[in-house]
Parts: sequence; structure tokens; C-alpha cells
Amino acid sequence: MTGTRTIDVALSTTGLDAQGRPQRVPLGVDAAGNAVAIAPPPSLEPDLEGEHMLINIGPQHPATHGVLRLVLELDGETVVRCIPHIGYLHCGFEKIGEYRQYNQIIPWTDREDYLNSIGNNVAFALGAERLFGIETTPRCTVLRVIASELSRIISHLVWLGTTCIDIGAFTPFLWSFQERENVYRMLENWVGARLTTSATRVGGMAADIPHGWLDQLRGFLQSFPKTIDEVDRMLTRNGIWVGRTVGLGAMSAQEAENYGLSGPMLRASGVAYDVRKDFPYLDYETYDFEVPVGTRGDVYDRYLVRMEELRQSVRILEQAAERLPDGPVNIDDPRVILPPKSKATSEMESMIHHFKQVMEGPRPPIGESYVAVESPKGEKGYYMVSDGTAKPVRWRIRPPSYVNLSAIPKMVEGHLLSDVIAINASIDIVMGEIDR
Amino acid sequence: MSAALPPTDRPADVVYPGSATPSAPTPTTPRAVPHRGGPENPSAVALRTRFPDSVRRVEVVWGETSVVIAPDRVLEIVRWLHDDPAQAYGYLSDVTAVEFRDPEEPLTVVWHLRSLPYRRFLRLKAELPKGGPLEVDSVWPVYRGADWLERECFDMFGVRFRGHPDLRRILMWEQYREGYPLRKDFPLRGRFSRAEQLRQALAANPEARYSMEELSIADAFEDLPPDMRARLRGGERTGE
Repeated sequence: MTGTRTIDVALSTTGLDAQGRPQRVPLGVDAAGNAVAIAPPPSLEPDLEGEHMLINIGPQHPATHGVLRLVLELDGETVVRCIPHIGYLHCGFEKIGEYRQYNQIIPWTDREDYLNSIGNNVAFALGAERLFGIETTPRCTVLRVIASELSRIISHLVWLGTTCIDIGAFTPFLWSFQERENVYRMLENWVGARLTTSATRVGGMAADIPHGWLDQLRGFLQSFPKTIDEVDRMLTRNGIWVGRTVGLGAMSAQEAENYGLSGPMLRASGVAYDVRKDFPYLDYETYDFEVPVGTRGDVYDRYLVRMEELRQSVRILEQAAERLPDGPVNIDDPRVILPPKSKATSEMESMIHHFKQVMEGPRPPIGESYVAVESPKGEKGYYMVSDGTAKPVRWRIRPPSYVNLSAIPKMVEGHLLSDVIAINASIDIVMGEIDR
Repeated sequence: MSAALPPTDRPADVVYPGSATPSAPTPTTPRAVPHRGGPENPSAVALRTRFPDSVRRVEVVWGETSVVIAPDRVLEIVRWLHDDPAQAYGYLSDVTAVEFRDPEEPLTVVWHLRSLPYRRFLRLKAELPKGGPLEVDSVWPVYRGADWLERECFDMFGVRFRGHPDLRRILMWEQYREGYPLRKDFPLRGRFSRAEQLRQALAANPEARYSMEELSIADAFEDLPPDMRARLRGGERTGE
């Protein structure tokens, strides 16, 4: 694959223990002044040695990123078995979608992976447009690229901030949330909402960008890389950060592919699969960007991959802002696009179209489509089946964090309890998407 | 969960991991995709040649190739697609099912597979007639990622996957008795009345939050009240 490169950073750790994990033993000084490991104190309760303990984390726990519940079997502090429980946030999105017209489903896509809401809107619109057999205007395509990449930045920043908090660093959290606020301000200027954007429609967008918005975007693209560099300086070679992330939850390339991992989780393990490169959409093949790939597949590599993806998103956004063409945002097709209000109240034909669309909804031909996009979490696919009516027979969300989370027993078993939090954070889960 | 991965005889000349082979098509954004017809995934031809009796239908809809296969050969076909070096479908995107509004139409189980070296996307379908047992092979022996996807499909549609190591509900709780929510005969608001749902919620024992498997992990079982121990011994699953 072109445009791939491997991140490899020389690490300075104190050394590795027998299991290949970084050493974290308290050091003392011997008589000669050399650093030596302090022997652990004798067990206070020798009769409990070798006995396994059952511990429950969640569903209401600040470090589980939502209502995830993990039941862990511990031998001392080492996880022997992990049994995840999900479903506490299940709302039946897919069932509700079968009772809604296509444009009415778009607000539901905001609410599944709510850190990537505008990206989900784009993904759903792409899937529905394939089902309708329509293609968007050039301006709309570029606007959707901008929306997807901004949303990737938001999602990665939340991941960065919350992971820092989980591991014990507070400052990068504030920096990343400050930058995230800038993106949300831009989204608010564009579509009027911050979190639940509902920005796309089948065949176009809910709104064009306002006057002067591109200057806002360019200003953000100027300042944002500095923040990434600051976080980079703060964390990448930080001894505590490295010690708490290297070697944790490692998945080999073969395992990661077999477990169906996607997104940064898969690429950190060395599999260079990015939907934008391998199965492109929105003309991603015409943008010049690189896909970062890790080598070890541990928490640290996932961090490096996500940091590099932030930089690559900035590159894509710069190119998109440069090439944004003039022209209409919505396609000229009265079957799917509502006529402007002024025409709907003054022209007979527009009024009929308006009435038919609102009361009956646009109808795709019989068929099915699976359109996947590269969401910040991984391969997000919408599979829609139509029987020719205005409502889908089946609307399936392929949730990347659901499949990524399903590998958590494999990743945490054998690690320490405190590392479970770091590994769980590195998966970048959003329970809204997992439970749907 | 930690069982060794299934063996593959993937040859060394296929660039692994992930990267596409030089012969793979140059990826481009699909344009002017026809509703029906158009170029077929080469794997469909290979499947017809290799499994002439099991491939029932091949259709290309909106540029995506769907191969309808016999439900009792699923594992065999999927394993061949995974292992054969000329196919190399190493990535399972999704497992789901579709039930149509027409009650006569069979329930369809759908697998979305990707071949990363050849940049191919293939949809496999198996049609399970209504009235018969909704059972199909699990692809878990080939793809570990199928674990939760099949559990969800079972939870939502009641499709049983033969050979799945731990087929139980995943999004709904274990005592859920209203049926399978994504089936068409399941009403949107649920099968039970609000009063009945409330009664069941109040009658649930919040202490029984661990499954038998989890309780057997630790010695916590012996610490439970005697009546709960008796119920658990009687085989009652506590679930959440």
C-alpha cells in the first residue's frame, strides 16, 4: 500500500521483566550506592495466597468510559480471566430505524457514537445514497470530507484526554479539550449544534458553510498542530507514560485481523488497513495523506498511531479547504431533496414534491448496500436493505468499538489490575455505539 | 477466549499483514454504480467452481457481490475463503441477519467478508426458511471476531450458531423473556405491557448480579444466602 510508514520510537524504559512488561519495582540503594530493587514485604495473610478473587468494575465507574462492566478474576493483582458485560445503554436503534424514513434516521446516527456524530451522519448519507443510486455534488463531497476529518479530530482528542486522565496525567486533558472546544465552535457555526449535529441529508447537507467559515477552519489548522506538538513533547518520551503503556494489551497483526479489530487498534498491530485507502469513498484516493502503522500493537503504539492520525487529518483538511469548489451543495433531484420553503409555498409542482417527501418519504429501489467508512474507532459500516418502501427493512450498524471491545479479555488477561484501565482506555470505546 | 488461533496456510508470497498485493485493483471511489449487474467479485466464480452444489445464487446489487450459499455448508465455505491463498478473506467485517416484512420470505443470515490483500468485499448469505430451526454454523473457529457479532445476532434474531463457544444474550439481559427484538413479529414497544415490565424489574433479585460462571470463579458462591445457592444449583442463570 502506498503512503504507509512505520512509526518506531526508541524507548527508554527501566527494563523488562520476565513477561516482557516494563519493570515497575520500587528501587532502593544498597551499601555501595547502587540502585537495587526492594524485595516485596512478606504477605500479611499467607492463608490467602493462591486464592482467586472476583472483582467487579462498573457499570458505574469513571474509568470504564461509560456503562461497561468488567468482572475480573484476580490472582493477587494479576487478571486471570475477564468477563465483560454490555447492554446497559441498549436503546434499539436498529429496530427504531425500521420504523423511520431514511432522513429521519440521521438524528439517530448522532446518538450512537456521539463523539463522531457528524462523521456518522456522513456515513449514513453515503450508505443511503448508494441505496438510492444518487451521487452528491462536488462541493458536498468536499464538505463531507471536512466534516469527517473534523469529527476524527474531536474523537481522538476525547480519547487522548480521557486516556491521560485514566493513566494519571491531567494537563493534556485540558489542552485537548480546549482544542476540541474550538472544533465544536466551528460545528456550531456551521450546523447550529455541537454534539447532535444531524448535518447531512440524503443527497446533500442540511446547510452550506456560512460566510467566512473557511477562514475559521484555516485559523484552527494553524494553531492545532502546535497543541499536538505540545502533547507530543509532554507524553511521547515521558518515563511514566511509557512505563504505563508499553507492552500492555499487545495484539499481533494476525490476532488483530482475526479478531476483527479495525481503525487505530488494527493499525497499531501492523496491519495497514484503512478504509480510506483500501476501499475509498468521498474521493479520499485523491488526497495526499499517510496511514500510520505501529509495530507492537500495544497501548503505546495505539497512542502513537492516533497522534499521527491527528496530524494527517490536519493535512487532509488543509487540502480540502484548498480545493473546496463553488456550486450547489444539494443535488438537483426533487425526489429526495426538499424544495426551498419559498418555492414550496408558491409553486404548485414544488408543493407537490414537498408534500410527497414529507408525507411518504423518498423511496429507494429494492436492494441492499453496505457502505463502510473509516470512523475514528475503525471500520464503521451501515448495511441497509430496502424492499422498495420509504423505510428500510433492516438498518444495521457495524460498530467498530463493539468488535474492538470484544477482544478485551484477550488483551487484559495476564496483566495487572491497574493496566486493565489503561488497556480499556486504549480501545477508545463509546458505549453509545456498542450498545446502540 | 485465549485459545490459539486457527492455523492458516497463507503463503509467503502474499504480502502480509494487511498490505494489498500488486495485482489488487487500484482503489477508487465507486462512481455511477449500477443498480443490478456490473463487475462481479472474482471470488464468486471461484466459489461456483469449488462448491458447485452449495452456491445457490450470485447477484450483484449496487456493485456489491452477494453469494447465497447452502446453510449447512457455511463453515466449510468460509474456511476455504479464509485459507485459500487466491482468496485470503482474512477479515470478517460483520455478521448479521435480515428478516423481511413478507412473512413468506426466509430469514437471511449475512456475512460481510473482506480480503485485504486483494481488496475484495464479499457478502455471503444463507437463507433459513421460516418454520424450520433457525440454525447455522458458527464461523468462530475461523474468525475470533465472530464471537460477539454472532451473540448479538442470536440475541436479536434468535439464530442459533452451531459451534459457538458461549452463545448467550449480550445486549439484552439473561432473564429477558420477551423474545427476539429485531424479529418482525416483535412490536416496537416490546411484547410485555409496561406494568408487566415494571413487575418483573421489581421482582428481580439485584443481588444476583453474577452469573454461575463468575460465581464459580471465586469462593463467593459459599458466601451467598442459602436460598440463592439452592436456586443457582438448580440451574437458574442469574445473568446481570
